[in-house]
Amino acid sequence: MKEFWKRITDKYGYPKVLITIFLIILCIIAVIQQQNLPGLLKDSLVRIGMNGVLVLAMVPSINSGTGLNFGLSIGILCGILAGCISIELKLTGMTALIAAILMSIPFSVIAGYLYGLLLNRVKGDEMTVGTYMGFSIVSLMCIGWLLLPFQSPDMIWAIGGKGLRTTIALADKFGKVLDDFLSFNVLGEPVPTGSLLFFGLMCVIVWLFFKTKTGVAMIAAGDNAKFAAANGINVNQQRVIGTILSMVLGGIGIVIYAQSFGFFQLYTGPLMMPFMAVSAVLIGGASAKKANIANVVSGTTLFFALLAISLPVINKMMPEGNLSEVIRIIVTYGVILYALTKVGGDN
Amino acid sequence: MDEQYILQLKNISKEYFGNKVLKEVNLNVKAGEIHALVGENGAGKSTLMNIIFGMPVIHSTGGYTGEIIFDGKTVDIKSPKDALDLGIGMVHQEFMLLPGFTITENIKLNREITKHNPVSRILGDIMKSLDIKAMRKDAKEDLQKLGMDIDEWLPIQGLPVGYMQFVEIAREIDKKNIRLLVFDEPTAVLTESEAEKLLEAMKKISSQGIAILFITHRLDEVLSVSDSITIMRDGEQVSHMNTKDATLAKIAELMVGRKIERVVHEIRESKNNNEIIMTIKNLKVNMPGEEVKGLDLEVKKGEILGIGGLAGQGKIGIANGIMGLYKSSGEVYLGNTKLELNNTRKAIENKLAFVSEDRRGVGLLLDTSIEMNIVITSMQVQNRFLKSLFGIKLFNIKDDKAIRSWALKMIKDLDIRCTGPTQLTRRLSGGNQQKVCIARALTLEPEILFVSEPTRGIDIGAKKLVLDLLVKLNRELGVTIVMTSSELGELRSICDRIAIIYDGKLEGILNPTDSDADFGLMMAGKYGAKEVV
Repeated sequence: MKEFWKRITDKYGYPKVLITIFLIILCIIAVIQQQNLPGLLKDSLVRIGMNGVLVLAMVPSINSGTGLNFGLSIGILCGILAGCISIELKLTGMTALIAAILMSIPFSVIAGYLYGLLLNRVKGDEMTVGTYMGFSIVSLMCIGWLLLPFQSPDMIWAIGGKGLRTTIALADKFGKVLDDFLSFNVLGEPVPTGSLLFFGLMCVIVWLFFKTKTGVAMIAAGDNAKFAAANGINVNQQRVIGTILSMVLGGIGIVIYAQSFGFFQLYTGPLMMPFMAVSAVLIGGASAKKANIANVVSGTTLFFALLAISLPVINKMMPEGNLSEVIRIIVTYGVILYALTKVGGDN
Repeated sequence: MDEQYILQLKNISKEYFGNKVLKEVNLNVKAGEIHALVGENGAGKSTLMNIIFGMPVIHSTGGYTGEIIFDGKTVDIKSPKDALDLGIGMVHQEFMLLPGFTITENIKLNREITKHNPVSRILGDIMKSLDIKAMRKDAKEDLQKLGMDIDEWLPIQGLPVGYMQFVEIAREIDKKNIRLLVFDEPTAVLTESEAEKLLEAMKKISSQGIAILFITHRLDEVLSVSDSITIMRDGEQVSHMNTKDATLAKIAELMVGRKIERVVHEIRESKNNNEIIMTIKNLKVNMPGEEVKGLDLEVKKGEILGIGGLAGQGKIGIANGIMGLYKSSGEVYLGNTKLELNNTRKAIENKLAFVSEDRRGVGLLLDTSIEMNIVITSMQVQNRFLKSLFGIKLFNIKDDKAIRSWALKMIKDLDIRCTGPTQLTRRLSGGNQQKVCIARALTLEPEILFVSEPTRGIDIGAKKLVLDLLVKLNRELGVTIVMTSSELGELRSICDRIAIIYDGKLEGILNPTDSDADFGLMMAGKYGAKEVV
């Protein structure tokens, strides 16, 4: 038994094993509590489709050597900005979604390029700097949301008529358009097919990218910068490309998130979003130095299934207070803490 | 007779993972003498010192065999503290001083003189205050013993390097029980006049009855200050003599001399071939610890050129500089075309390849498969091992099939012992890791291959395989090889010519068959002086 445990933890890492065990226990309790199991399953799938691309955004930044992208909120802001523009242009439905995604890309590329230049100046401290950079830009954009000249009555404050609202409803814009795309019912619950397919498509694209010449160079630069330099790879350039890709995925990710969630959350909404994505990819078995698509898929599945299932189960066990929220916080930050203690720990 | 020795080492042997680094070494140091310990890098000097100081690295790797007798008593030194208690002091190569503290505070660190004050009389010794006056007096005396006239209250920060060395020594002689002081290459970082002062100070210290064990590469210093000399080579003590019987040439010969097993027997025809493939003019490389300071060298087509010299003289910097890993200046010509320096990519595109001396740091992606390690440079620089995706020209992905078949060919040709092409290079032995590095360089189809320290950290059997491989590449593929190595023996076993680097410049070029004395003198930078003597 001890042998078995050691083998499993060596192969998958503690976070993945422990979270899986925790998830199984929650599932058992859910059965005992006679929860609506198909409903829980649907909630899990929705959350996976919703957050998958955001988690995927961690892969290029980790592999290019800039570590976990705690500054992902910058990319998220680009996505929100693009989404707002698409609403301003009075677009709706799938057109609005695609327009939002396409418009977010140039913003993300510019932001990622500048952010990448910054990260090249603070080598070794990317994650700390990234965290505060993310916080700063979110705060800066709080002013931006007030000042940007948006006119659409769906977005600006009803009274006074200046500045954007804190939450913008997407129900009659592009809310749920992907979730409902090709959706079918299983056990009486709708499956968010479109979002899951889109997540899968993005995974394949990123996977293919890491098989290209640039992708291989990026992994080498992130794994061993000295080696890369000695073999004619421009390390700083690869880091910038990795950062840009991460930001672009972050921008697309938030648009997908919002369509599923039904709202854009402005102002301090994006403040803590990178942490969830960071945590999920770490649970999937990534480290601050290496990540792959399998880490993303398994991490997203485990982490967001855990959140979806723990909420009703724990609330039923302890109706008073919001223990499930506490669990979410413990898991999120606990996993990040664990991963950060592992950085460079094997020398 | 034994009583007059302060330190005696008897039959000291030490193994690192089955690799014998010290073999039955004897060393006798008399009280009050300056005893020089000389030898090439890797001769076992540092290991011997680690044993005397009871460094943890010795005990964590299985300890040593043999006997240490200090002051007539057999002792077992388990930790550096034991060594200090016995009265053995060490002057480090790197200065272990606190920059923000004054000279006095550094000298007296952890041995501060204290005096009672009103609080300490009530609360006990822990609250005693420093007796600055007494400390300064002591420090002043120590410095004067060394012939230093400097304000003992100056901070360390901003002192010239030479002074720091003296402060370090002053700290050691301030210990009242000190009986033996070890100087580990103390003059390496000093200017000539500072070094002279230091040697004088050493004489002063020894005249006060403190024995000095003096480790150095500079043979003239040995002759000028020491009383007796022990020479080590390949973990063995090869000679012990009194300085008055020694000459520069004799020491040099003993230090280097060994039976040369020439792998290559035939006389090379290429010797007559005078086509120059690479010309290096006034190359300067800013590589910390291995600085190149204006090197001129010509590499002939099809030869194996060895680059030798002692550690820190700059031989390692040459290949690193040409390949653009460290900032360099000067001119390098390939045939008649000038090579752009500080641009690794350009160097590789110009058919240069490099196998780094830092195999695990620079040479390999340790957590990546053997096959990717072999092809990655070629893929990045030469766009090989790529195929288009869905027939779209712009969109190239790596060609797994081509990579696999090439890796299998390399594994077979170079005899890389592994479980398969997907094994991580971290799991390979040193020799096989080196072969992977060479395989990557070969994949580039280079005209000139730079190999630095190809056998460092490899066991003896594998060493020969790697050297044989280099010869084979040279003979069969016609690759010009520039091999940098600290092991003169291996340079002499396969090279056609050997360039010796001293103080960042070319000291001279020798044939592998030249005498040991010539090699020794050149490595000590005294070749020019030979004619004069």
